[in-house]
Amino acid sequence: MRTKSIVIATMAAFSLFAGMAAFTLKGSAAENNEKEVERYRQMLDDPFANPGFLNVERGEQLWHLKRGTKNVSLESCDLGEGPGILKGAYAHLPRYFADAGKVMDLEQRLLWCMDKVQGLDIKPIMAKAFAKPGQTSDMEDLVAFIANKSNGVKISLPLSNPKEKEAYAIGEALFFRRSSLMDFSCATCHGQEGKRIRLQNLPDLATPNPTAIATMVSHPAYRASESELRTMQNRLDGCYKQMRLPAPNYASDANTDLILYMTKQAEGGAIHTPGMKR
Amino acid sequence: MKKFVIASLVTLIAGAASAQEVKHPDPAGLDEVIKSSFSKMPKGWESRFVQDETQHICSVYHDNPPSAEMDKIQKAETAKIKLPADGKVIGDWKAGEKIAYSGKGGRIKDKPGTVNGGNCYACHQIDPKEITYGTLGPSLAGYGRIRNYSAEDAKTAFTKIYDSKATVACSAMPRFGASGFLSEQQIKDVVAYLFDPASPVNKK
Ligand code: HEC
Ligand code: HEC
Repeated sequence: MRTKSIVIATMAAFSLFAGMAAFTLKGSAAENNEKEVERYRQMLDDPFANPGFLNVERGEQLWHLKRGTKNVSLESCDLGEGPGILKGAYAHLPRYFADAGKVMDLEQRLLWCMDKVQGLDIKPIMAKAFAKPGQTSDMEDLVAFIANKSNGVKISLPLSNPKEKEAYAIGEALFFRRSSLMDFSCATCHGQEGKRIRLQNLPDLATPNPTAIATMVSHPAYRASESELRTMQNRLDGCYKQMRLPAPNYASDANTDLILYMTKQAEGGAIHTPGMKR
Repeated sequence: MKKFVIASLVTLIAGAASAQEVKHPDPAGLDEVIKSSFSKMPKGWESRFVQDETQHICSVYHDNPPSAEMDKIQKAETAKIKLPADGKVIGDWKAGEKIAYSGKGGRIKDKPGTVNGGNCYACHQIDPKEITYGTLGPSLAGYGRIRNYSAEDAKTAFTKIYDSKATVACSAMPRFGASGFLSEQQIKDVVAYLFDPASPVNKK
């Protein structure tokens, strides 16, 4: 059993890691911190320290499971690299899919494959997209497995298709779009480096920079405060709540476009999942 | 089926800045994506997506509009400021402290009747003894003391909190009074938290 206490004990290392991304450290403090960061890195990759690996295991089983009216697995699902090819897929998403005629992130694409390839009813799967105590999420598990297969692959979104450029432009506009009671946009909190809200360091997700890379290569991530692995869809719900807006629909185009915009700011960063977060 | 109407968000505020001049005009399809992506929301929340002119200008210039646009915003926002009729901008600092450290109100899961907070500490250091503050805004520790408790500066602080955009066109800070998020009395109480010599803000 992977215990929560191990994870809690590593919280200090997480905040140091987040701090590392945002600030330049000097002198012997830097050496200490580097050791902490090294410790954190080792934990990330240790299935006994990072509970996100439970989701990776479950996701692998789901990937191979025959289901739906067609009683087939997801093995022939094309995530962009060709049917069944997992390595690198997550590092090149969101992207345009000709068969669907639209730009999709991993979650939208998986739902498309469940529907079209497997003949699965995706409504109940979407309704349970976020795990809670006693209920796992097929989506979180599959994303954990698939993202993990791209570990070490560098993010690259060439945006060579006009639909991808369109999605990027909408993602950018959503990122800077101020509204609601507080006049907040994503850029209000994620438009500069080295800032924080309360004690949480805020990544700059508006331009290509190391904090954007650190953020985007580490999702999906095990969230210690929720004791669950979470994908980017769930993170965005939390940020919209702070903006005094309702949560976007699960696997909606607004999320895909925002994820595309933010992922582009992390171009060149090597995927390293499952991450671990506060 | 709940029909969701943000009928043409963008055209509502068209004229704020014509697509020709703005640096980052709203792209085609933005409206449609917002409409389809937020189709499950409580009644009455649709209006939160509709931008006023200030929000729109700041968005299409990525918070850095040319000076003529900034002037326009600051003028319009200044006109929204209502100073207290009795001329008193200082309320009760203890009530102000609660407001400054509350992030409640306006969120999807808040119960009706929730008292809104200013959440000032999320962005500002205020009480020098409190360490969990954010850094999006400048430190306000010792704010009144540093200003010799000047009545004029207290009034300036009231207007800043009432409508931050009257002086900084695309400020990250909300327009607490102009938006109605905080009441006049709440703003007075927060000003007292900054300007009362007895407030922890002004203790060393
Ligand atoms: C009022 C402030 C605020 C706004 C507005 C906001 N966020 Fe956040 N965001 C946060 C905070 C606080 C965190 C959590 C940081 C932590 O826990 O260390 C966060 C975390 C994130 C993360 C994960 C960072 C990581 O390293 O894991 C992403 C991605 C993100 N936000 C994207 C967005 C997007 C996109 C929007 C707009 C739709 C947005 N945020 C709006 C405050 C905000
Ligand atoms: C989301 C971030 C945010 C929140 C919340 C916020 N502020 Fe600010 N505040 C700022 C920023 C950024 C500035 C600097 C730009 C400006 O002056 O508008 C600022 C400036 C100020 C100033 C002027 C400081 C000076 O230069 O003398 C005062 C006073 C102030 N804020 C008080 C408050 C109070 C009181 C609250 C809560 C009721 C509050 N703020 C909430 C971000 C914020």
